Amino acid sequence: MNQQRLNGNAIEIESLVKVYKGAVRALDGIDLVVPAGSVFGLLGPNGAGKTTAVKIASTLSFPTSGTIRVAGIDVVAHPRQVREAIGVVGQVSGVDVNLNGRENLRLQGLIRSIHGRELKQRVNELLEQFGLADSAKRVARNYSGGMQRRLDIATALVHRPQVLFLDEPTTGLDPEVRTEMWQEIERLTHEEGLTILLTTHYLEEADRLAAKLAILDRGKVVATGSPEELKQELEGDTIHVELREDAPDGTIRAALENVKGIRQLDHDVRCLRARVEHGATAIPLVLQALESKGLAVDSVSVSRPSLDDVYMRYTGREFARADEEGARQQSPAGEEKR
Amino acid sequence: MKELLSHSLTMTDRDLRRLARQPWWIVVTLVQPVIWLLLFGPLFKGIANIPGFHAHSYIQFLTPGVVIMTAFFSGGWNGMATIDDLNRGVVDRLLVSPLRRSAFFIGHVLQTSVSIIIQAAIIVVLAYAMGAHFANGALGLLVLFTAAVLLGGSLNAVSNGLALIFRREETLIATLNVFMLPLTFLSSAFMQQNLIPHWMQVGARFNPLNWAVQASRSAISSGTDWGSVGTHLGLLAGLLVVCMAFARRTIHTYQSSV
Repeated sequence: MNQQRLNGNAIEIESLVKVYKGAVRALDGIDLVVPAGSVFGLLGPNGAGKTTAVKIASTLSFPTSGTIRVAGIDVVAHPRQVREAIGVVGQVSGVDVNLNGRENLRLQGLIRSIHGRELKQRVNELLEQFGLADSAKRVARNYSGGMQRRLDIATALVHRPQVLFLDEPTTGLDPEVRTEMWQEIERLTHEEGLTILLTTHYLEEADRLAAKLAILDRGKVVATGSPEELKQELEGDTIHVELREDAPDGTIRAALENVKGIRQLDHDVRCLRARVEHGATAIPLVLQALESKGLAVDSVSVSRPSLDDVYMRYTGREFARADEEGARQQSPAGEEKR
Repeated sequence: MKELLSHSLTMTDRDLRRLARQPWWIVVTLVQPVIWLLLFGPLFKGIANIPGFHAHSYIQFLTPGVVIMTAFFSGGWNGMATIDDLNRGVVDRLLVSPLRRSAFFIGHVLQTSVSIIIQAAIIVVLAYAMGAHFANGALGLLVLFTAAVLLGGSLNAVSNGLALIFRREETLIATLNVFMLPLTFLSSAFMQQNLIPHWMQVGARFNPLNWAVQASRSAISSGTDWGSVGTHLGLLAGLLVVCMAFARRTIHTYQSSV
């Protein structure tokens, strides 16, 4: 069970399409290459298809068409071999809350034909590593959210997988626990050379953890690259303006229509975000234009491009808003909800 | 084969640990049979006096029926735990591991078998205390337990399979009720076969619950018809195989829908 380091690509996805019953097109032809030995981020708002992609690559769900190879093995033709090579931490924790920490780890080991002393040693090692040694005999139902998440990751690592899938590992965790989780994920790739496919709808998380990332929107990959590359492609600045009162329909767009240097604009009734060539030049013009339409401004700020701007450039909408919309659409009968 | 066995035992071990942490569950599932014995027993005592009724006492007659029905419901409601596992992501985690698919169901069946044997033993002791007699000694009881386990195991497999198809508690409960309740009454569990209406007798012939009741009642009464006992046990074994095959297929159905 010595871990083989993968060379080349850990995951290769070609023209992957997934259509659910009722014709929901969750994935609309995605191509992705995940190099071995690093964290690859799959960033997208709720409902973009991230979880669907993970479910298919991890052999849980079947693709409608397209090919996916994980650790060089075709997931449709040889799911069993793929399962030997991967560890999966789903969006919903897979911890058996009726078992204690040690029993959860043992179960995964036994399924993977690790027995006896070898299993005991590996379980102790993981309990130690994930700070669960003292709670090993406590039933997981009584663990805190952070502890369950740590146990979740530990159980996915019992057999020393080559590729680890983490589907929104920090959703629902306190900021403090989230930071701890980030450190743990960084350690896993740096020290153990694990390939991690991480999905997230936190821009900050993708920015911090991912060596490379793909931005997924409505079932399509809209951009790929390292966070730095993606941001550098965007020249110019972003300005954010908050209005004192809600603006009547259409007035914001009308006001800024003829302002020079605005490349892209996204707004709701109260806030607007514009990508401009040069922040310092654009701000007075924007303020003047807004005030000429009687829109009083509360605050203005200018910033260097962020992943949010990258997302906006490729999709034309602000990430947070797409995320909320996605969550709303999902809640009644969404694809990522069961 | 070795792997299938090892995986099945791993799953059984998991289920038994869960059961051991909720020992009240065994008690809860015993409430109903005990009520049947304690209330139905005296309530329908007079049935034993009906001309054409063979058993010595109604308790004697009722006991195998109660054991079998308890096994039937124990197995039948087992899918509820799988719904819980689905909601908690436990099933998904098992399915992306190299776990042998059949082991998932075999594990549940073996765990149900353990609970059924415990429940059956308690009911037998209680019935004995209330005056029931058991002919054929250990062999008779062995048939009773085997019939209970084969029937409960079949129901368990169906229930867990349906859980993977429906994935919702409400739908599973409704579906199980629709076919479990009629099957309990379309049998000789409470009343001797030749004393129930003709159409029910015909229906009962195709009712696995009735096969189990007939086999076990005959095995613990004097004048056992071993040929019929063997046939009924054979039918029950066949049913278990069919139910396992059905359950095994639902994994694909589930994976196609997630």
